[in-house]
Amino acid sequence: MSTQPLSNQPRPMDFESKSMRRNTALRSATNYFVSGLCILATVLVILPLIAILFYLIYKGASSLNLAFFTHIPAPVGEEGGGMANSIVGSGIVLFLASLMGIPIGIAAGVYLAEFGRGKTLATAVRFTADVLNGVPSIVMGISIYSLIVVQQKHFSALAGGVALAIMMVPTITRTTEEMLATVPHAIREAALGLGVPKWRTAISVSLRTASPGIITGCMLAFARVAGETAPLLFTAFGNQFWSFKLSEPIAALPLQIYVYAISPYDEWHRLAWAGSLVLIVLIMVSVTLVRIFANRGVLKGGS
Amino acid sequence: MSSTRMTPERESSSPLPVPSPLPQLPVASAADATPAPVGAALSPIRDFLSKRGSGTVADNSFATVMLLCACSIFAIVLFIFVILVVHSRLSLIQFGWKFFTRQAWDPVSGDFGALPFIYGTLATSLLALCMAVPLALGVAIFLTELCPRVLRAPISFLTELLAAIPSVVYGLWAVFVLVPLMRDLIGPFLYKILGWTGFFEGTNFGVGLLTASMILAIMILPIISSLTRDIMNAVPNSQREAVLALGATRWEMIRIGVLRNSRIGIVGAIMLGLGRALGETMAVTMVIGNHPDISKSLFAPGYTLASVIANEFSEATGDLYLSALIEIGLALFLVTIVVNAIARLMVWAVTRNAPARVN
Repeated sequence: MSTQPLSNQPRPMDFESKSMRRNTALRSATNYFVSGLCILATVLVILPLIAILFYLIYKGASSLNLAFFTHIPAPVGEEGGGMANSIVGSGIVLFLASLMGIPIGIAAGVYLAEFGRGKTLATAVRFTADVLNGVPSIVMGISIYSLIVVQQKHFSALAGGVALAIMMVPTITRTTEEMLATVPHAIREAALGLGVPKWRTAISVSLRTASPGIITGCMLAFARVAGETAPLLFTAFGNQFWSFKLSEPIAALPLQIYVYAISPYDEWHRLAWAGSLVLIVLIMVSVTLVRIFANRGVLKGGS
Repeated sequence: MSSTRMTPERESSSPLPVPSPLPQLPVASAADATPAPVGAALSPIRDFLSKRGSGTVADNSFATVMLLCACSIFAIVLFIFVILVVHSRLSLIQFGWKFFTRQAWDPVSGDFGALPFIYGTLATSLLALCMAVPLALGVAIFLTELCPRVLRAPISFLTELLAAIPSVVYGLWAVFVLVPLMRDLIGPFLYKILGWTGFFEGTNFGVGLLTASMILAIMILPIISSLTRDIMNAVPNSQREAVLALGATRWEMIRIGVLRNSRIGIVGAIMLGLGRALGETMAVTMVIGNHPDISKSLFAPGYTLASVIANEFSEATGDLYLSALIEIGLALFLVTIVVNAIARLMVWAVTRNAPARVN
């Protein structure tokens, strides 16, 4: 082979390269085809999102007015009416849920990151939290119904809050743990080396350093449960009037949207769209605001 | 900052000015905290240091509180299980295992069986997976391998925005946009093309198994695609480089170098999506038609485990009726726990030792 003159060299290669060229063309065609499919898939995914957002703004914005935010629902057939009580009710239920869910979630996260590193128990907790995160919300609804509503013999805002709190805990635990894991060890060691006790280190050093991320995690959990309807169906139950008592059924925005959406009245459909828009805007604004503040360092914990 | 606040308190409580302890001394005191009381009377330094050592009490109680909170997650799972079993015992005793194979659902005569709901749940979830998985994989491949860096963040953000939209809003959109679209456009088209298969027969009202699957597919897309993206990001770059260096095209690199390595994790991500689809309630309830039937046609109205609870729970009269619904909830709980557990293990197996994600 090597003794052959240079001009003869291409001949055996030529035969090979013919099939190779075809092969290469095929392969590169496949490459382009699949790349095209991937781009198509991305477009197909983004389209419904844009369609949903567009419809929400188009249908919702035209139905928003002052009465929506100041009036309670009008009876069927009457014009006007709003969802003021639902907005306030949602706020109350979510406040209750945060009050119970956030401390427990953060504490569990602190345990996982600060005390439980490498322990089997911590792995089990982490795993259970992940699994609990995937349990359908309606299951939380019927368990809390069985536990609280059946005992008290009536639906209540408190039961709704507990159901939502249970849903917040696993999300907050996992994000808190992940955020605490990003705090450099040197900072903890510095604090411990100065003689600060471990509990104080966990609170004043680790938690404070990771606070922007943890607050974002809490807000994400909050946003997730803010739109939950299923667990509230049998706990908070909904209410057409003003109610501030924790032991009574209370209105909530997602519940009211559900009731309006499956009703046969155009006026109520209009309100459902407006309610959805308000719900989404509330969720997005709260998440975005906290992200901005967290990035700016306003909530970073002084100094 | 906080330590400066703490120091004056310590100074005031201790009989000794702070600067005097030598640097080595605190270490020594931490090591022999127990013998300290013996020398306490002798040396004020020892006394001071042993008082500092009493932080172990606070430390231990703090750790215990944190541990209790962590264990509350076990408690929640256990409590849900126990409460569901206790409250579904009537139906558990009455029907036994046959509950899940009986087709009857007659609240008036107290005859209950879960088969139509199991069928509806499985049919919608699997159909949704069939639609969502190729799309989600496409998005994940695009985002990790093909996408220009500029577009990466906005597209990920947009797909995650899909996850933030509440279920009830999806339902609302489906009722007013997807259902008419199905009734007037997609349904007749499918009937014309695939009518011979028998899957698209009967009257097409727009609501039914197919519409529910479509809205489910849209809802589980973000979770599958974002997890798959994380898993594919965990594949080391050297592996991509190695395959490319052998002369592979980009797609071959993705297929051989990336997809083959992450297939366990991708299956896990798909199962997590399945878990979501099984338990999704509101959007499905609003468009599935809510009729306990088993029909081959995808246009036919159906019912899922979650939607029957949502629809009938608050109007359930009679203990047996309520108990049957709670048993359905129990089944849903157990199935999603198992599916999620397996899926999590698969995802963990792949991403556990992965380096931190770039971008």
